[in-house]
Amino acid sequence: MQSSLVVLVMSLLVFIGVNIVGNPVDMLINPEADQEEIDRVISDLGLDRPVHEQYGYFVFNALKGDLGKSFIYGEPALKLIVQHIPATLELAVAALLMAIVFGIPLGVYAGLKPDSKTAKTIMATSILGFSLPTFWVGIMMIMVFAVQLGVLPSTGRGDTVDVLGVPMSFLTLDGLSHLFLPALNLSLFKISLVIRLSRAGTREIVHMDYIKFARAKGLRQGRIVMVHLMKNIMIPVVTVLGLEFGGLVAFSTVTETVFAWPGMGKLIIDSIHNLDRPVVVAYLMIVVLLFVTINLVVDVLYSVLDPRVRLQDQKS
Amino acid sequence: MSDGVPTLSVRDLRTHFLTKAGAVKAVDGVSFDVAKGRILGLVGESGSGKSVTGFSIIGLVDPPGRVVGGEIRYNGANLLDLDDEAMRDLRGNRVAMIFQDPMMTLNPVLRIDTQMVETVLAHHEVDKATALARARDALGRVGIPSPEERLHAYPHQFSGGMRQRVAIAIALLNEPDLIIADEPTTALDVTIQGQILFEAQKLCRETGTAMIWITHDLAVVAGLADEICVMYAGRIVEKGTVDEVLDRPIHPYTHGLIGSVPSHNSRGRRLTQIPGMTPSLLNLPPGCAFRERCPRADEACLAEPEIAEAAAGREVRCFHPHLEAGA
Repeated sequence: MQSSLVVLVMSLLVFIGVNIVGNPVDMLINPEADQEEIDRVISDLGLDRPVHEQYGYFVFNALKGDLGKSFIYGEPALKLIVQHIPATLELAVAALLMAIVFGIPLGVYAGLKPDSKTAKTIMATSILGFSLPTFWVGIMMIMVFAVQLGVLPSTGRGDTVDVLGVPMSFLTLDGLSHLFLPALNLSLFKISLVIRLSRAGTREIVHMDYIKFARAKGLRQGRIVMVHLMKNIMIPVVTVLGLEFGGLVAFSTVTETVFAWPGMGKLIIDSIHNLDRPVVVAYLMIVVLLFVTINLVVDVLYSVLDPRVRLQDQKS
Repeated sequence: MSDGVPTLSVRDLRTHFLTKAGAVKAVDGVSFDVAKGRILGLVGESGSGKSVTGFSIIGLVDPPGRVVGGEIRYNGANLLDLDDEAMRDLRGNRVAMIFQDPMMTLNPVLRIDTQMVETVLAHHEVDKATALARARDALGRVGIPSPEERLHAYPHQFSGGMRQRVAIAIALLNEPDLIIADEPTTALDVTIQGQILFEAQKLCRETGTAMIWITHDLAVVAGLADEICVMYAGRIVEKGTVDEVLDRPIHPYTHGLIGSVPSHNSRGRRLTQIPGMTPSLLNLPPGCAFRERCPRADEACLAEPEIAEAAAGREVRCFHPHLEAGA
């Protein structure tokens, strides 16, 4: 219920927003066209009608799964976006995996040995990860790895393999090497975030009585950390990562632009430039849906991780 | 009482917390024995070092705390000489511990069977089914109804009393020789407390497990323990059998402690209390630590009293014990 309301309000905001930013006709039309030509294009695109009518038309069609046609490409906006989703999804998943694989072990270590030199180095580095702007780090990565060292490629997806008709980079060595830099760039902030979260969680949990009791039971340190500690710190980590995953997919625009990664982020930037309203609107609608879905998945994951959380407590 | 080597023999145990402000002598020269099947009550106020004594035995003193001296002989062998792995294998296996707050001792996100089975598997090479069977038996022994089903429950599905029973069942899993119980009934209702005490006593009688029962509640040890050690400021000030110590306390501190328990006889009168508060362990004044609160203190107490036999089977750390009260 709540979710559909969110979607509806969002659609309204987006629609009004794109109507304010500029007139796409100025971009689309040959400057030398005469008034008659201009009027024809305007009425073709349905822009001669009042905004509320356009919105009603949009909602009506959207309910049928039609989010309009791109002004530029003449193709359905939804189709355009769906074509670009796999690339972005691949990048986002890779970044998420990096955040988990690097972030959690480093964070737990820093939490277990807070006074060690290694822990202090980890924490100091994570501040850099937070504060350096993504685009700058991306450019620096290209400078160092692609230009100076020449070990990793800087643009595109490389060789792809079709999986169920969808091109994927991660299955070829060349694709992986293309994926690595943008994924690392995108995940740098998330790694820092996960480090901080796991460290804070670890610091809190290790002082709990049940950890001491686990030691009094004679359990090995490995089991205490991997089971007793890990399962407890995973709850905040999963929450944040869930929400951040939406962000990774939706706002990978900067990274995709820097590395010329042909994903949704690049599409949206191009569409905004061209005032291609239907694509912008469709993109934002999909992002909203994505966030709503991810929230749902996170709630379900909660109940798996924490038995005290019951599914019926969460109707949203 | 004395059939050879006692299960646990602590000699001159000293556990200090090395803080920036100086060494806090939480436990400073504690000695006692616990024989097979006997229950020792370790009594004292908060901060008297009784819990730290318990954690020192099991090797789980939190930093910056450290055992700096003494001996902890378990069946004759000094535990302080053991390496980490040997100590780990001893914990939860030969020496088990029960904690104060049952709401906090079980991991909230793991099922009871997980938490029990891992305790067996950490010490014995048995298959999971055997470990589960043991877990079920242990739950049954501490009086948990339908243990088979309860094994699959999570801690939050138990009440406080039931959780403490589960914790005790975990302590029993590997049939330890010694159980250290750190105020396990403090957080429970009186009726539940009675049941737990009954179970504990029955257990020691039946299995010959020795037990150290740490508490601040004199009423608890009165019905439970065989011997009592009264601790004050990190030291034992009085030692003896339960009846002797509670009926005829000879250390002024024990005297005050018992005097401040409300009873029928004191109805309508003001309760006696021990003046002042427990001294800071960081800067203990020289001499007797109880000196400044003691009604009997004089110049002699500026020197430090040693623990000594004051009467038959009675040890006390005082220059002016209440001997006249004894028969």
